[in-house]
This record gives sequence, C-alpha cells and structure tokens, in this order.
Amino acid sequence: MQQIFNFILKNSNKLLFLLLLGISLSLTIQSHSYHRSRYISSANAFTGFVYEKINNVKEYLNLREQNNQLAFENAELKKLLYNGVDSLGTNVSMPKPSGLENIKVYNAKVINNTFNSKENYLTLLGGEKDGLKADMGVVNSLGVVGIIEKTSSSYSTVQSVLNVKSQINAKIKKSNHFGSLIWNGRNVGFAQLIDVPRLASVRKGDTIVTGGRSEIFPENIPIGTIDKVYIDKATNYYTLNVRLFNDMTNLGHVYVIENLKRAEIQKLEEETKNE
Amino acid sequence: MNSTFITNSLRFVMLLAIQVVIFNNINFLGFINPYPYILFIILYPVNGNKAGLLMASFFLGLIMDMFSNSGGVHAAACVTLAYFRPAFFRFSFGVSYEYQTVKITDKLSPERFSFILIAVVTHHLVLYLLEIFRFNFIWDILLRTLLSTIFTLLLCIIIIYLIKPSKR
Repeated sequence: MQQIFNFILKNSNKLLFLLLLGISLSLTIQSHSYHRSRYISSANAFTGFVYEKINNVKEYLNLREQNNQLAFENAELKKLLYNGVDSLGTNVSMPKPSGLENIKVYNAKVINNTFNSKENYLTLLGGEKDGLKADMGVVNSLGVVGIIEKTSSSYSTVQSVLNVKSQINAKIKKSNHFGSLIWNGRNVGFAQLIDVPRLASVRKGDTIVTGGRSEIFPENIPIGTIDKVYIDKATNYYTLNVRLFNDMTNLGHVYVIENLKRAEIQKLEEETKNE
Repeated sequence: MNSTFITNSLRFVMLLAIQVVIFNNINFLGFINPYPYILFIILYPVNGNKAGLLMASFFLGLIMDMFSNSGGVHAAACVTLAYFRPAFFRFSFGVSYEYQTVKITDKLSPERFSFILIAVVTHHLVLYLLEIFRFNFIWDILLRTLLSTIFTLLLCIIIIYLIKPSKR
C-alpha cells in the first residue's frame, strides 16, 4: 500500500499528463467518428456569443456582395412569380393551404466559417428557439451549404459540404443519374461526385443538383457544374470533379430547410428494415 | 508568487482572445493559420508548478477546441507540449537549466530560438496529426506543419519583443 502511494506521489505529473491526454484523445476520436454528439462545439452559449460579436464587425466588410446576391435572388423569384400567371390573370401555381406543406424554410446567419481544415464546420446564429434542429439542410441562394450537426438554444453548428465526412445524395440534372457528393479535402472550390454509373452521359459543364433520395434536401437544389470526369479504376464508376456554385469562403445569410415528412419516412424505412 | 499568477492568468486570457478574434481568421493561402496562443506554455515560469501548467494548458486547448469545433485536438497538443517542456529546456539550455534562471523574453540567442522552434514544431505536429487523423493525408500534414510553424514562429518572436518589459 505504502509503495502504491509512493509511486503515485512520485509520478503525479506523469499520471496527470496521461489523464489529460486521455481525455483530449477520447474527445478527438469522438469528434472524428460518425453520428456522435459533440460536447465541445461552438454551438454553446459562450463561444456563440463571442462569434456573434465578432461577426457584428465583420458583416460590414462584405455588405455589397451580400446585397448583389439578394438582388439576384429576388430577380429569380420575381421571374418565377410572373411566369406563373396565366392569360386569365390567375396564379397557376397556387400555394398549398397551410398545414399541408412538406417543407419549412427558416432564415439564419453564418457567424463563423472554417474552410482550412479537413473537417469544416460553420456556426449559425439561430438555434432550437428559432425552430432549428439537427439534420436539417442548409442552403443559400447559390446552392447547398451543409447539414446541421448540433444545436443549442440560440446557435447551431453546420457540417459544411467541405467536410470529408459529409455525404450528400446528388444527381446530374439532365440525365437523373444519382451519385454521392463528397469532398476529398483538397480544394475549397470543388467537391466530388462519386459512384456515378458508366451508363450516364456526362459532359463537362453539366449541372449537378441534389437528388430526390435524400430526406434532408428537397430535389433540384443547385450544387455546381462538372469540371472534370475520371473513371475510378477500382469500381469502374465515374468520379466527377464538381465546381461548386457557392463560394464557401464567403457566406452570409442562409436558409435552413426542414422536411416535415422526414420523421414519417424514417419511421417507415425503419419498420421495413426490421421486418 | 502572487504577481506571477496574475501575470499568467492575464496572459492566458489575452492570448486566447487575440487568437480567436484575429489569428483564427487569417487563413493565409487558404489553409495556413498561425497559433501564437501557445506562447502561454512557452513563457510559463521555468520553475513554476508543473501540475498547474498541465491543467492550464489542458483548459487553454479545450477552449480553443470549443471555438474551432475540433474535439480535443488543441487540448492534446497543448498538454503534450506542456509535459515535454522540461525536456526541451534541457535540450536547448543544457542540463543545469533550472539553476541558472532562464529568461525566454531576453535577447534572442540560438538557445532561445531552438527552444521556441522545437516547442512550436511539437505542438503543430501533434495538432495536425490529430486534426486530420488520416494517413492518406500524410504529406498534407507535414506541409501544413512546416508552413504554420514558420508563421507561428515569426509571430511568437514578434509578440515576445512587443510585450518585453522595457529595461531600466
């Protein structure tokens, strides 16, 4: 007994080091594994508050660009609105009565953005009290941004498209062939669409949009254009280099998409699997 | 004793604040960020409490992790640096460093430079190894470690000179 105490006293620094290293390594491994809750994240009240204050200053630096983007988006929406009116002057695309919509859209603001790591996250101003929940899709007017990973009462973190862990169902707009959109961790302007069947006719410049198989994003949200086509030697599928429409290094206001039917779809799929 | 405690606490808060507000947003060439907050560990008194340093570096790293959403990467790197600091002292200043009072904030000599260099390289190597965590990015890890080390080293030396107490 005496010897054990002596040992602990003599090596107290070493033991403390090993203990702290163990804690930090376990946190690291936890953050690298899929679908685990993240305790140490920038969604907590303290870090969220600091980022909000920093963002209050930084926001002024790209007001002009944000304005242009909003004006562009307004023009697109106006085009949709005017083209929806038929010769009788009635609106053809009648809005569904409330309570029957499938998609809900929330407004949020990016207050922190990282893109220099392999696993990049954004922090949003907007959390549970604004209706945001984990696994909702985040887009802006140009295209897909990411998927919400964790929320606190007024902030949330988003797993960006530029994260080697993220995987989004996407398709080629012209031919409806599906693939998965991943990021290889190299260039912030490009993502990769993998597992596209060789039957698909792909050409440089074709548009890539989100596919209908994902219950997070609605169909046909733009992602980017094909920049280069490779054939994966191992699987004999196409790998496409996709130039993203979004400049992921410069994000302002974003929209968060909630699919109200998601729980129902998941429950059904779960039940089917268990049968 | 009391005044060194206050100095160190102030340094802890100040370096963290500067790191989060300014240096985390530099993104030079898209991926190089300097991490001069580790100056806290480098400048900690040579004969100070070792357990205290370990705890302080752990929390320093943990707060950085909260801000950068990186799990426990910074905490692990900081704790490693804090634990091996005496060994680096012995390497740079000779075996009997504890008897001659080493002051890192003094004039830049080859010994001091080598100490800061080893400390920064160790921290960054552990940091990027754990942050990227994939062996197929090994060249990326080494490249980032190299470039960020140069950047951090320059900033550390500049900051040391800026906060150096003036000679009477």
